This record gives sequence, C-alpha cells and structure tokens, in this order.
Amino acid sequence: MRVIHHPILGDLPEVRQVKIWVDGKEIAARKGEPIAAAIAANGTKIHRYTTRREEPRGVFCGIGQCTDCVMVVNGVPNVRTCITPVTEGMTVETQHGAGRGGR
Amino acid sequence: MREVDLAVVGAGPAGLTAAIEGAKRGCSTVVLDMNPHPGGQLIKQIHKFFGSREHRAGTRGIEIADTLFHEAESTGVEVMVRAEVYAIHDSTLEVAQTFGEDSPILPSKEATTSHSRSLSIVARRIVLAMGGAENALNFPGWTLPGVMGAGAAQTMINLWRVLPGERILMVGAGNVGLIVSYQLMQAGGEVVAVIEATPRIGGYGVHAAKISRAGVPILTSHTIVGASGESRVERAVIAKVDPSWRIVPGSEEELEVDTICIAVGLRPNARLASLAGCKLHYSPSLGGWVPIHNSRMETTVPRIYIAGDLSGVEEASTALEEGRLAGICAAASLSKERAGDPEEIKAIEQRLLSLRSGPFCQRRQDAKQELIGIAETQCPK
Repeated sequence: MRVIHHPILGDLPEVRQVKIWVDGKEIAARKGEPIAAAIAANGTKIHRYTTRREEPRGVFCGIGQCTDCVMVVNGVPNVRTCITPVTEGMTVETQHGAGRGGR
Repeated sequence: MREVDLAVVGAGPAGLTAAIEGAKRGCSTVVLDMNPHPGGQLIKQIHKFFGSREHRAGTRGIEIADTLFHEAESTGVEVMVRAEVYAIHDSTLEVAQTFGEDSPILPSKEATTSHSRSLSIVARRIVLAMGGAENALNFPGWTLPGVMGAGAAQTMINLWRVLPGERILMVGAGNVGLIVSYQLMQAGGEVVAVIEATPRIGGYGVHAAKISRAGVPILTSHTIVGASGESRVERAVIAKVDPSWRIVPGSEEELEVDTICIAVGLRPNARLASLAGCKLHYSPSLGGWVPIHNSRMETTVPRIYIAGDLSGVEEASTALEEGRLAGICAAASLSKERAGDPEEIKAIEQRLLSLRSGPFCQRRQDAKQELIGIAETQCPK
C-alpha cells in the first residue's frame, strides 16, 4: 500500500511511472524506487522459495545486507530487490532455490 | 586506479563529518556509499532529535543528512553513491559502482557508456564508517515473509513510501521500536502492540508517551512465542515472561497481525573492517564485535580509522563527534605536525564524554575505555 498522505513528509510527490513485469504480470512502479518497494505496493510479499525446504522468504533487512529478498531480475538470479531500482520493461520473477542455472 | 589522501567508506553522519574534516585540512577526499542517497540512516529519521544544540537537537534526521551532504560538497569532498567497497588490501579499496538515473548525484563522464564499473582507489588514509546492522531474533516462524527488521519497515515507509503491512506487532521497546511504531502509525498502519521482554521500556519516555496516547499497548515482560500463517505472517503468539526469562504458562495470547517488526538492538557492521585485517574485540555494551581502536580512532591496521556505530553502537550525535575526531586525526597524521589541533580534539573528547554520561551511557564510556586500553598494546604507535 502506498503512503499517499503523510503528516511530516507531505503528499507523495508525482514521479514518472515505470512499467515492470512481475511473474508475467505488468505492474506500475515509481521511477527510482527499488523493486521490493514496487512489488510491496502491489501486495506481493513472497520473493523467493528456499532450495531444500521450499520455504517462502520476503524482505527482511531492506538495506541490501541479508539477501533474503533476492529474485530473478532480467533473467539474472540472486538480485537484491531492496536496493536494485526498477527500470522500464524490467522482468522480475519469484526465485526458486538458487535460481536458474545456479542449482 | 585513483589516488586520494583520504577515502571514507559510508556516507552516514560519521563518514560525512570525517570527510568534511579531512577535506577542510587539505586532503583530497572521496566518500563511498553503497546506497543511492548519501546520509546513511539519517535519511529515514523523520523525527526531531534530542540533546544539545551542537548536536542539532530539534532538527529532523533527514534535514541533518541534507546539511552534511551540502557541507561535504562545498568543502570539496567527492561523494560516490551506489559504490560498494567489497575488499580492502593494504591501501587499496576495491569498489563496484552502479549508476541509476534516479541517483541525486550525476555519475562521472567515463561511466556514461555503462551502467556499472569497478574501480580501485588507493588511499593514504582510510576511515571506515559502515554503521550498524539490525540484530535478528529467532522464534518459530521468524523466516516467514512479513517478519522484518524495524529499520526495514522504516526504510519502506519513510524513504519509499510503501506500508509493508496493515496490522503490525513491534518486538522491542527501545528507541528504535518506539519511534518506528509511531512512524508506522503516521504512515497509516495499525500497531497492535509493542512488546518488550525486559520489565522496563528501554527508550525515552517521550516516545513511549506518544504511542501510549495513541492507544497502543506497550507490554513489558512479554516475548514473542511464534509467528504462523500460510506462506506469510497471519498471526503471532505472545506471552508473559517471568524474572528468569521463562514463559509464564497459560499467558499466551494470539494476535492477528500481518507484519512483525524486530527492534532488538543493533551490532557494529564490522565485516569490511574484519576483511581489512582490523582486530575485533567482543564488547556487549557496544553491540558485539567491535574493531579495536585507540583514542584517535585508529584501528590495529595502520592508516585505517573507524567512527560511528561501527566503533560501538550509540547515537547519531556520538557518530558526528567520532567522525570529526577520525577525520581530524587521519588528516593530521598526513601533515607535518601530526598531532592535529589539541584544543579541538580535547573539545570533541569533552562532548563525547558528556554524551556518554548518565546511568545508561556510562557503560559505553567504560567499554570505550576498555577498548582504548587494549589498543595501547595492539595499535600502531
């Protein structure tokens, strides 16, 4: 959910929209924001499933330290979505295990 | 390859003040930070700071970040963002830098053909100021999506303006837990409860009062027993703990929440320092493993200095002072006089002493003294 109004920070400024593809579905993102923020704004919490037990994982540290939020971005696995900004036409996929080619 | 007098890793309050002091004394200075914006964690602190005027009390963290960045630029410091230092050997820092057009600082010319580059920077002096990292808390269900650091939630709401969940349980009633709870409410979230395992609220009374006034219960002597849900957090179970930290049988209570924020302290982010060969010492009062450093903030590796939460988890105010100290001492060691301005150093030490006074902070002062004592035998003379 986007924070549109804020008592200290004011209204959310308008910025250019960027379209990204998340598991085949097109979503609107804000230019400059990280992938994790864009998909959280669209209600997605699961970023990946672990290798052995296939347990779901999401954002944990939010600042690029823990690597829990990695996904397959433009075909590249293990991309930290909390610090990687969206770009026009980017494809983002839920990662399974170590990602394609990495098992 | 580039050569500089002073390379600072981390553009938070400690790193920026260190760079400013270095540049003021004639050092060619570069600051490297992995984040897209300079300012470190200040850029998500939308509350007003406490303390004295010289530590910018009454100013919001985001404004302090702005002021420091502009001061750095005007003293000739080059601040490189999205620049991650992944190794330090001898005097060389290995950096991976990516460029985003959203970045507030334009990339230099050589980078326009590519979105990323790697570069080596050879620095005569290095100040490490990578800050702290949030502690995790292990309980059944702690890996479920929806369990996150309080700092992660704060980043999401205040920097990216996205609310990570609607019904939130905050674990930990220190300043971070209290402040982030209030900020989650300001962002439109509902904080169901703040729980604290110790019998006392750890943070400032003003912060606790604000969230109590808003009707949020702060439950001391309570811990989290577990989180559960189908592929994400749907509920949490909390319970009372007795004075020996055991769960009181029958006191379990189920809360319907979609987000659990963990605010159980920070530790120095010492990985790069360790990689660079700095010896560490375990100091519980300072948050865990801390690089050993002397009173001039120099580590056991000659020419590498540290400042801020990396040298012991404290406040932004102490980080500003330690950054100044590290910058002055690093710059002085390159000059003929070497000592720096003794009056200025003394004044900083006095201010640090007063920031570390009082029943709670005295432990940190003692821990710092212990480190300095160890440094006398292990740091370069």
